[in-house]
Amino acid sequence: MRRIMVIATNTFREAVRDRVLYNLVVFAVVMIGASLLVGRASIGIERLALVNLGLTSISLFGILISIFLGIGLVYKEMDKRTLYTVLAARPVRRWEFITGKWAGLVMTLVVNAAMMSVALFAGLLYVSGKLTSADWGVVAAIYLILLQYVLMTSLALLFSTFSTPLMSSLFAFSLFVIGSYAGDLRRFANLASGFTRVVAYGMSYAVPNFAALNMILPAAHAVPISTKLVLLDSVYVFVYAGVCLSASILIFERRNLK
Amino acid sequence: MTGNSKRVVSISLALLLLCMGASVEMSRKLEAERSGAELQDVMYLPSARSVKALSLGYNGLLADLYWTRVVQYFGSHHHAHTTQYKLLAPLLDITTELDPQLITAYEFGSIFLAQAPPEGAGDPRAAAKLVEKGIERNPTAWRLYYHLGYIQWMELHDSKLASESFQKGSEIPGALPWMKVMAAALAQHAGEYRTATYLWANILNSTTDKYIRDNAEKRLRALKCDEEVRLLQEYITKFTDATGHPPTSWDEMLATGWIKRVPVDPVGKAFKLMNGRVQVADPEKLPFITRGLPPGKESNVLPKLPKQGETRSE
Repeated sequence: MRRIMVIATNTFREAVRDRVLYNLVVFAVVMIGASLLVGRASIGIERLALVNLGLTSISLFGILISIFLGIGLVYKEMDKRTLYTVLAARPVRRWEFITGKWAGLVMTLVVNAAMMSVALFAGLLYVSGKLTSADWGVVAAIYLILLQYVLMTSLALLFSTFSTPLMSSLFAFSLFVIGSYAGDLRRFANLASGFTRVVAYGMSYAVPNFAALNMILPAAHAVPISTKLVLLDSVYVFVYAGVCLSASILIFERRNLK
Repeated sequence: MTGNSKRVVSISLALLLLCMGASVEMSRKLEAERSGAELQDVMYLPSARSVKALSLGYNGLLADLYWTRVVQYFGSHHHAHTTQYKLLAPLLDITTELDPQLITAYEFGSIFLAQAPPEGAGDPRAAAKLVEKGIERNPTAWRLYYHLGYIQWMELHDSKLASESFQKGSEIPGALPWMKVMAAALAQHAGEYRTATYLWANILNSTTDKYIRDNAEKRLRALKCDEEVRLLQEYITKFTDATGHPPTSWDEMLATGWIKRVPVDPVGKAFKLMNGRVQVADPEKLPFITRGLPPGKESNVLPKLPKQGETRSE
């Protein structure tokens, strides 16, 4: 466990050194700009637009970071030959390395999201003058976005174990797009018949269900997000991430690193 | 830094400044070219469904952007005193498809669509359709019924339909009491006396508010008075047909048995008979009557309605 934590911490430090957190500056500027401008450019949607913009940015920034850092997690170490040093010179097992890398990136994304959330709530406080109980929905939506990160990081890491960064980013982003339409895929399966129906159903359950983790609109309209949904989403994501991590470890264990 | 490299830096800097200036100028030219195209309302507009499909689930933010685009489009056209708002309805359709709960878009969008040019697109039917779409997707938003009723009454001049919309909206929990008042007043205005009487009696029995009760009592008195005037006028017409001349006084009708006593209005004063026309003695005591008014006096049957867009703060 300690070794996993050491790798996770190093991955986090590396991300910070890579100036990943610079996106926070962009986010802060977007939030300040939106808080000041939406009221002038539009009618009646000051809070709504700020929540939509804030949550969408948190989601997209995190997804992009998880893809672009995730795809290099293993590949970069192999490419720079630093992996051999870690695995050969230190008592670190391959599965510990994979789990540590995953935990480190998730940690980076959580810190990033926490800072963006603070900026979002500051914007809300400025626009609405106070925070209300309806804003708990925003907190729930942010938690679901964190689950998106976990899912995306797991996928990116999986691809990173057997593919090049370019192909990995392509696979990961494609799965994000397809996963955003998981619900539509299931509706299509309901209408189809025969072999198409079986394939469509199979695909709709195989792809990561990102659609189920997007509660931005209900949060913006202050519609309560049920605890049951949050719990089910949490279990789903950790099970799916478990699948990805297990597959990553399996592939990585069999790889010839020499 | 050598002399050679200094020269390279100077040339690069000059080139940079030159190119920056040129790009600003080109950008201005392009903007002028584009604004000409936009005036003709020929921008490409994708269908609402395709925009939603391409939003990757981030439709809330896109809806806000489209709503802002609606506001900017309406504002720029309104400012230019244009009478054509071709893109307004499709833009509103995309906005409300992306976020069906964006009540603001239904409320203000219907105002933009309904108002006659140059104040708006002058398309009250499209406005009513937009609000109906909003009601279908947000059945508990009573304010949308208010907007629908307003359009039906003020723009489509259908008081009966408007009364029904106000009535439906008033039945939603949280609706403000004046929705019921508007439903009843519009039913009265549409000549729906039985409906109006039923609605006003309902208001009277369902509230303890002194002002609303007082108003409902006055309305019921006015309805009763209107109905009595209508009946008396029928008798007068029959009398005129039978005798060949209109009655000069109630006594003439009493003497010939057309009426049994001098008719009195709901406040206890005898009706006047002026050249074959029934009139109330004191119209100030019966503020909401639509019949029996002295010549030149207009009915104020409809209460002052809050302006569209003002209901949000209530």
